[in-house]
Amino acid sequence: MTERIDLIPIFIMGKRYDVPPSLTIMKAMEWAGYTLIRGVGCRGGFCGACATVYRIKDDPKLYFGLACQTVVKPEMYLGQIPFFPAKRASYDITQVKPEAATLFKLYPELLRCLGCGACTKACPQELNVKGYMAAAMRGDIALVANLSFDCILCGLCAARCPAEEPQYNVAILSRRLYGRYMAPRSEHLRQRVDEIETGNYTAEITALKALDRNGLVERYKARDIEP
Amino acid sequence: MTYTPEMLELIKVVEATRPQRMHQKFPSMSLEERDKVLHGFHPDFLPEGFRKVRVGPGKGGEMPNELADLVEGRPLIGPDFDLSNPDFETDVLVIGGGGAGASAALLAQEGGAKVTLVTKLRFGDANTMMAQGGIQAADRPEDSPPIHYLDVIGGGHFDNLPELVEALVNDAPVVIQWLENLGVMFDKTPDGTMMEEHGGGTSRKRMHSSRDYSGAEIMRTLRDEVRNRPNVEVIEFCPAVELVLDESGKIAGAVLYNLETERYFFAKAKAVVLATGGGGRLHYQGFPTTNHYGATADGIVMAYRVGGEPLFLDTMQYHPTGAAYPEQILGQLVTEKVRGLGAQPVNLKGEQFVYPLEPRDVEAAAFIRECKERNLGIPTPTGQPAVWLDSPLIEMIQGPGTVEKALPAMVRQFKRFNIDIAKLPMLVYPTLHYQNGGIRIDADCRTKIPGLFIGGEVSGGVHGRNRLMGNSLLDVCVFGRRAGKTAADYIGQGVTLSKPTLQHLVIWNKELDEAGINGAVQSPILLPNYTRKG
Repeated sequence: MTERIDLIPIFIMGKRYDVPPSLTIMKAMEWAGYTLIRGVGCRGGFCGACATVYRIKDDPKLYFGLACQTVVKPEMYLGQIPFFPAKRASYDITQVKPEAATLFKLYPELLRCLGCGACTKACPQELNVKGYMAAAMRGDIALVANLSFDCILCGLCAARCPAEEPQYNVAILSRRLYGRYMAPRSEHLRQRVDEIETGNYTAEITALKALDRNGLVERYKARDIEP
Repeated sequence: MTYTPEMLELIKVVEATRPQRMHQKFPSMSLEERDKVLHGFHPDFLPEGFRKVRVGPGKGGEMPNELADLVEGRPLIGPDFDLSNPDFETDVLVIGGGGAGASAALLAQEGGAKVTLVTKLRFGDANTMMAQGGIQAADRPEDSPPIHYLDVIGGGHFDNLPELVEALVNDAPVVIQWLENLGVMFDKTPDGTMMEEHGGGTSRKRMHSSRDYSGAEIMRTLRDEVRNRPNVEVIEFCPAVELVLDESGKIAGAVLYNLETERYFFAKAKAVVLATGGGGRLHYQGFPTTNHYGATADGIVMAYRVGGEPLFLDTMQYHPTGAAYPEQILGQLVTEKVRGLGAQPVNLKGEQFVYPLEPRDVEAAAFIRECKERNLGIPTPTGQPAVWLDSPLIEMIQGPGTVEKALPAMVRQFKRFNIDIAKLPMLVYPTLHYQNGGIRIDADCRTKIPGLFIGGEVSGGVHGRNRLMGNSLLDVCVFGRRAGKTAADYIGQGVTLSKPTLQHLVIWNKELDEAGINGAVQSPILLPNYTRKG
């Protein structure tokens, strides 16, 4: 039995195509005949390559989403923002300090943030972008790192920002400062690296490397499994 | 609510058995039982999925049909392509912008080399970015690199190259420390202890994570660091299509293709690090895939033509838990961390049927057996088979709020379709995930070709015939770093190139002619073709 599919109209960069209603925006573009180069990446919601802006006919509101994760809607007008030229400051992670002054020095425009919330509205990950920008202005790096953790750096926040902030670049700077300088250090990791560098495991691994298949199978079967 | 009324009825069966299953430990399989289910149901054992390659350094060896077609393909450029005026020159050309390429670029730069990284899509649009569950390293007092070694080699069916496994497990804690120093935010308790879980086939809890954005956190940090480094240039949307040798057979660079201007150009280099990843987008045996859009096995094709030796390319990894419903996310990854936290695979009758954390090949084969042989799969509207993954167990075991905190990406993925995975189980089925083998390397990422170094998924040997969860993020860092360092050392010893040439393509074309391979397949294909046919 062949099921009849009722196609729905969508408008890709202004041009009308009729597509099956079950498709994501990305698959609908391919169904319509596009071979994607820009605006496509992991196809799983992690890389931020397919940031898409759309509107529905007669509705003035702009909506934002990832083309690989958003299902088409009838009378959808869509365009993609595959690249946005936001500012990115270079720095030496070993030389910067985890303090407000670092953020302000690398991104002086931080203090121009209007707190309007356009960034938050645009975030396809539904992050509190405005909230982490406020935390950045207070120099609360740990909070910026935490609130921005699920950021996929798609750039929609920066694209919508009237104050020309590169929010996602402020966020990754903050996460790296937190991860390197502020997160509690892992003592057991440090000890293990020392042991490896001292060569504590060399003999044991050399012995394993010398085992034939049967010897390895026996050792493998005899492993105790941590509950 | 996206689940159909029929599915909601079936979920009641799962809910009814849940309290009793919560404390039930399903036994893991013996090696003999593993063999039986693999031979019966794993796609690697379906003979019609494979064929012998007729030309090249791996002639007579088996590969999936789709890969063999490309490996036997005609080059995109002719041997007479003009190499007399390189479009640019560099010391180390890194091909690939994922975790291995980024790691290689960093270490090569630290070794004093001028580095150019070229990538097919954007820098970071790679499988590394999509890895969710975590990265293995034996750094707890209860654990050790030798224990990690045994887990890796048993998971790989004892076929792994020992010196590569040694490098992997010894470098693992060093890599975690390196990442921490670059600013990667690992999940830790307040005193700094790493929060570590089991993965399939591990005998100790050694899976380090960054929520369920582990790969994304590592990739975006490495990418940010590469961008901070002087003497490293990144060129996006410019995949390599052919490696170039000099007249003495040393690497001399690569021919690149600008996807946007559709022009070919020659990048001359004293060393090349090949870090192009795998080939999930070839959809072996028609499986959906978790892989990113650019995973089309380009590196295998290019390395093979200059004499790279294939290893274990007759084995692919099918991740047991790809999304089987809703259709929009078919084949996308449901991280193994879901099972690591306590979720169980469950059949139509609400029963457990497999230990939740077998090595991936065994777990996947058991899912296929449950659906195909025992007919205890869960029907879906598209006919896609599925089993339940009972995620609501997680909060019963680990406490309320765990799912939101530990699996934000999974929560978001399913919430888009109105499925709350803390309260309702997911539907899953194996999906094409990883290329277990690749081009043979030694522990310093050298190949048979002087100046060609390989790291990450395109390399072969470290995982034997099956990779364990959390050893891929580890692999890209360990062997990406080693490839970058070896490349810088190689150049440091002084490399003098004679005339660059594509003479190997003359020989290649002749070999194809002689084997009677006159098909129209050209490779690498660079991108899959998903436009509607007809």
